[in-house]
Amino acid sequence: MSLRRWPAFVPIAIFLVLVGFFAYRLVMIDHGDAPNLIPSVMINKPVPNFTLPSLFDGKPQVVSEEIKGKVTLIDVFASWCVPCRIEHPYLDEIKKAGIVLVGINYKDRPEDARRWLVQLGNPYDAIGTDRDGRVGIDFGVYGVPESYLIDKQGVIRYKQIGPLTREDIEKVILPLATELSK
Amino acid sequence: MKSRLAFLLILLLMPNAARAVQPNEMLADPQMELRAREISKDLRCLVCQNQSIDDSDAELAHDLRVLVRQRLQAGDSDAQVEEFLVARYGDYVLLTPPFKSSTVALWMGPPFFLMIGGLCAWVVYRRREDKATSSDKKLTPQERERLDAMMPVHLPTEQTEGKNAP
Repeated sequence: MSLRRWPAFVPIAIFLVLVGFFAYRLVMIDHGDAPNLIPSVMINKPVPNFTLPSLFDGKPQVVSEEIKGKVTLIDVFASWCVPCRIEHPYLDEIKKAGIVLVGINYKDRPEDARRWLVQLGNPYDAIGTDRDGRVGIDFGVYGVPESYLIDKQGVIRYKQIGPLTREDIEKVILPLATELSK
Repeated sequence: MKSRLAFLLILLLMPNAARAVQPNEMLADPQMELRAREISKDLRCLVCQNQSIDDSDAELAHDLRVLVRQRLQAGDSDAQVEEFLVARYGDYVLLTPPFKSSTVALWMGPPFFLMIGGLCAWVVYRRREDKATSSDKKLTPQERERLDAMMPVHLPTEQTEGKNAP
């Protein structure tokens, strides 16, 4: 093969580079870097301002200013959300670790949410109802469940998209919470 | 006949005009509604991820369409509405990514590869030209003789070339 035939190799080289790139992306999906998980721009930003009525009559409103001083997990959930059922039993572990657990009931009927909590138990310290999902948009919510770990200064430090598994809690949430509460 | 054709044309174009926008979402001010539609076409539906919120029937897309209209009514400019959503969802919410250092490969990639392709095509073409114009195009006198001997009738090829004509 003469040296003058080099242009013939250019398409092959480009093809191989593309194969390498796609293979890399495919492998990364297995490592949790899936393209449908949109990286949050809210990380390291203060919790958006909100005032939400409590899910329970007679309980105080849930206000963003009060989410300060203690490490808090804000968990966006709904009774109509199937994966929320998956993560629900593990929320107790977060409570046990001394993390304040605030729920945002996203685009749900309050009576449905209350019934859901009667069935499955209520691990939340407070729950605000975001009936029209407007506060959810301020958080950058695009699907439920989503959880936000907030440090003592009221800054979002971590976002979980999708249900929290035991592994997520033990390997990510709890170590980060311990570090943040120092 | 003409009016019927026009009606048919309108019917055919209608689904394209209507999209996912519900009548109750639309603004009373047609000018502002038009702006909202234009903005919505460039905002990604975060649920479906490859449709604009103007196209998508997802509930979040509906919420965002309403939000865009609320922001416009509150007096936001088109750019401010986009900024508002980028602040919450990141650049990903824009269907046309902005040109910045992290998107250089995205924007410059296609013209770059087109240039490489063009360069290759040019080189290959040039070489072919070189070959075509080089010595092997014309027959040597010996070859001419052999060919003439083979041909039952002498064809006036030389004359068409206009060089060795008698």
